[in-house]
Amino acid sequence: MSEAKPLHEGLFNWPDPAAGLIGSRCLDCGEHAFPSQSSCRACSSQNTVLADLGSAGTLWTWTIQSFMPKAPYDTDETPETFTPYGVGYIELACGLKVESRLRENTPEQLNIGMPMKMELITVRQNEDGDELLTFQFCAAKESH
Amino acid sequence: MDVAIVGVGLHPFGRTASMSGLEQGAAAVRAALADAGTDFKAMQFAFGGSQDGGNADSLVNLLGLTGLQFTNVANGCATGGSSLNAAYSAIKSEQYDVGLVVGFDKHARGAFNPQPKDWGLEDWYGETGLMLTTQYFGMKIQRYMHDHGISRDTLIRVAEKAYRNGSLTPTAWRRTALSWEEIDNAPMVSEPLNKYMFCSPAEGGCALVVCRSDIAHRFHPRPIYLKTAVVRSRNYGSFEVFSPSQPPEVADSPTVTASTAAFELAGVGPSDIDVAQLQDTEVGAEIMHMAENGFCAHGDQERWLAEGATDINGKLPVNTDGGCLANGEPVGASGLRQVHEICVQLRGEAGERQVAGEPQVGYTHVYGAPGISGVNILTR
Ligand SMILES: [Zn+2]
Repeated sequence: MSEAKPLHEGLFNWPDPAAGLIGSRCLDCGEHAFPSQSSCRACSSQNTVLADLGSAGTLWTWTIQSFMPKAPYDTDETPETFTPYGVGYIELACGLKVESRLRENTPEQLNIGMPMKMELITVRQNEDGDELLTFQFCAAKESH
Repeated sequence: MDVAIVGVGLHPFGRTASMSGLEQGAAAVRAALADAGTDFKAMQFAFGGSQDGGNADSLVNLLGLTGLQFTNVANGCATGGSSLNAAYSAIKSEQYDVGLVVGFDKHARGAFNPQPKDWGLEDWYGETGLMLTTQYFGMKIQRYMHDHGISRDTLIRVAEKAYRNGSLTPTAWRRTALSWEEIDNAPMVSEPLNKYMFCSPAEGGCALVVCRSDIAHRFHPRPIYLKTAVVRSRNYGSFEVFSPSQPPEVADSPTVTASTAAFELAGVGPSDIDVAQLQDTEVGAEIMHMAENGFCAHGDQERWLAEGATDINGKLPVNTDGGCLANGEPVGASGLRQVHEICVQLRGEAGERQVAGEPQVGYTHVYGAPGISGVNILTR
């Protein structure tokens, strides 16, 4: 029986993705990190806890991946079926900026400061036919 | 004890199918030794590095097994800068009188192919398509253009200058000047940067003979003095490549900290610099590095490029040999090529691309993953 599941455990809440990304927060200095870290990049403390980072933010910067990357890129795409994708940093409510694939993939669709929300996409299927999921962000308001 | 550079050697950058990376390094060493009028047996130490061309200390198999202290340096894009920094300390501390700095490389064609685990990252990061340096460069200049009012025209002007200067440099890889239209219409790689706005991995070698300043004239009639050699890594908050997340506050880059320290140690300021080499992995990098190294305010690059201020005949010539854009980037050799070019300019030996007015003070800046920067200040 095939199912959908995260490509990598611990990046986002599952099976309830509405709670968004999972990072860590340092109990000594308050700084956040994504993915979660057991030690703090800001103050070297090892006193960190997991923290829900939410699923909404604004676009801090962006680019577009216009050609299919080489390995370690690993999807079910071929050079013929590859679709360009956006890449950006999303500024979250806690201030942390998280790097993410973006659904939008043309310059006309992307503007610094625009509201963004998290969604899940299938990266590839494994040998059991399971859909392996990762997070990406897209415009919070559908453009017309 | 002050430190002098008395021999410079370069094996041309680009592609040399008939030679290994190591052989290109050895050719550069031989050229530097000949320039200094000395030989390998006289070298008391060597610092060298190569990312993909083999162990630098294997050069002794080609140059002679003389028993010298040979230290391999591996520090990414700052390998050359770190080697020179180590040599500077070896002379400055009077541990040694004369030695060698060498870097070489031979990369496969196409973009570098980094692996997540080498960078402390997990596989998902690469598998989902985030492990590309080109994305980082695109995103960094995108934000910078937004914050500081830099236009796409300025990106094109930097590329134009690079290939124009490359056309004047016999050892450069890209020796054909490109028109505005050719650059403007090149295939997009990573918004807003297109094919002609990026440098490519390449091959090549570069070497320097360094010695105590009080014996410099034994080797060369026009020694160049290395006033300072500084290397710094990133601070928390600096916006660097391969970062799944960035802290809220953007901190000064390692370029700023290295540059500030170098100016302080050398006792000169940005306005004293007559000719500079600034890391130009892509055009955005050169633009940002003009300000990060203190040569102009953020945003002033728009006017500087429009006025040709960084042209060979401008007020601060930058990347007079075409930089990484025209020479390509053999990682181990690239930072030393910058120093080579400054030495050539300060000696007055740069031919068609010579900066007029007998430049007295030169500056080199290298920057690379994962957030490391090296600055050298040199004088006649
Ligand atoms: Zn902390």
